[in-house]
Amino acid sequence: MIVAERKPIEEILGQVKQVRSVLVLGCNECVTVCEAGGKKEVGVLASALRMLFLQQGREVNVGERTLERQCDTEYLEEIRDMIDAFDAVVSLACGVGIQFTAERYPSKAVYPGVNTCFMGAALERGVWSERCQGCGSCILAATGAVCPITRCAKRLLNGPCGGSTAGKCEISKDVECAWQLIIDRLKALGRLEDYERLSPIKDWSTDRAGGPRKIIREDLRS
Amino acid sequence: MSPKTPSKLEKILRAGHRAVTSECGPPRGSDPAHIVHKAQLIQRHVDAINITDNQTSVCRLCSLAACIRLKLMGLEPVLQMVVRDRNRIALQSDILGAASFDIHNLLCLSGDHQRFGDNAQGQNVFDLDSMQLLQTVRRMRDEGKFLGGDPVQRPPAMFVGAAANPFADPFEIRVPRLAKKVAAGAEFIQTQCIYNLERFEKWMELVRDRGLHEKVFILAGVTPFKSAGMARYMKSKVPGMDVPDEVVKRMAGTPKDKQAEEGITICVETIQRLKAVEGVAGFHIMAIEWEERVPEIVERAGLFPRPTV
Ligand code: SF4
Ligand code: SF4
Repeated sequence: MIVAERKPIEEILGQVKQVRSVLVLGCNECVTVCEAGGKKEVGVLASALRMLFLQQGREVNVGERTLERQCDTEYLEEIRDMIDAFDAVVSLACGVGIQFTAERYPSKAVYPGVNTCFMGAALERGVWSERCQGCGSCILAATGAVCPITRCAKRLLNGPCGGSTAGKCEISKDVECAWQLIIDRLKALGRLEDYERLSPIKDWSTDRAGGPRKIIREDLRS
Repeated sequence: MSPKTPSKLEKILRAGHRAVTSECGPPRGSDPAHIVHKAQLIQRHVDAINITDNQTSVCRLCSLAACIRLKLMGLEPVLQMVVRDRNRIALQSDILGAASFDIHNLLCLSGDHQRFGDNAQGQNVFDLDSMQLLQTVRRMRDEGKFLGGDPVQRPPAMFVGAAANPFADPFEIRVPRLAKKVAAGAEFIQTQCIYNLERFEKWMELVRDRGLHEKVFILAGVTPFKSAGMARYMKSKVPGMDVPDEVVKRMAGTPKDKQAEEGITICVETIQRLKAVEGVAGFHIMAIEWEERVPEIVERAGLFPRPTV
């Protein structure tokens, strides 16, 4: 899933200091699971904003709504009737949802209420870890299903570097060395000899490097 | 085998001499006097001088410009190139720039992560890794082709090297990793600083078991300790460094005013012991900001005078 973090309330307050009414808009998908932008967080942020506006002596109408998905125009249509009551939206969806909301409602100012961080998963409650950078050409078959592009601090395709120490990455004792993980996996799979295969120079054109990406599936288009 | 490039370092190694290299870090400013002075201190005692490339991710005068300085002094530079800061366009372009000044040695490295340096908030590139940089230079040199496939006019005539750390983890792939670098095109290797001689000798044994010492020239890396504090720091703070307790104790047990001397002696003893190890083709003396002591180390280790080729 996409993992996001709540922005500090002061930063959000700074973004909405001119508005007279604001809709706090959550999303029921990834940001709900990672507890950054679901219905619960919408409620918490809206109450906090109301209190702060009150303290500032400002009369600001703060609305709340959480959509099934903000990255889907169909669900975004559900707020068409209510949105006119607000000058601005603070979206607690990921960066995709925030932009999709803004694209759908061009006359509304839409502000981010979260920092969208990465594609990852929860290791335990309250701890999330990155797993994929969407490079567009997956090489996990060669690396025992551990992604060096994401998990090696130098995204080495032929690691490890000389800084790998006791299973940890040179950048921090709290970060696992991806290449240690890859080697452990290859060993567990009885494929350690695969380690000696040189990983070819990567075509990064399917990655962010190639410019904004788009997928077109002719078979699905009507 | 006859040399494939005009590199003096290659000629010395192929002629069967033990090579001696050292390294200098460029200044944190634009005054060339600094690098010229360092090189003058060691020029008669080493065959080639590595110039580090923004080592530990601290921004410095560029390696290529410093190598050109050495070249202008009639010396033999080894251009260190990390893949942290440049993509494949810049790397190939800098290789050609170096080749245009007849810089004949290139050391391909990953580079420390930028978090260690003075620009921890910067991006890193890592478009290629160090092995892929090896492949890139060899392709440019041997096939006369850019990565994109177009021909290179006057291909770079470079003797190509890589680093190896016999002490980093996981130990079981340290030799396979060397084999991979050789397969990628490394012709010489400069190792991480060696303090744990048993572990290094064990590594060399595994290297010989696979015949790798016949495919690549291995220069054993040494760094003299200036003080017991430095020994402790290297032991605990530098990733991938293996400093045994005895060595730290030996430094700490020496009176403060004699510690520098003791550090040099340990370094000389290390070289002398490693001279006997089959497959060690030479030494890479990294005297960090202590270039003035390199001549003494070389002489005491019986590596002086340097051969002429
Ligand atoms: S190789 Fe690419 S697609 Fe596969 S997990 Fe890594 S970043 Fe994601
Ligand atoms: S220590 Fe491991 S994870 Fe960290 S940069 Fe080196 S190879 Fe990558």
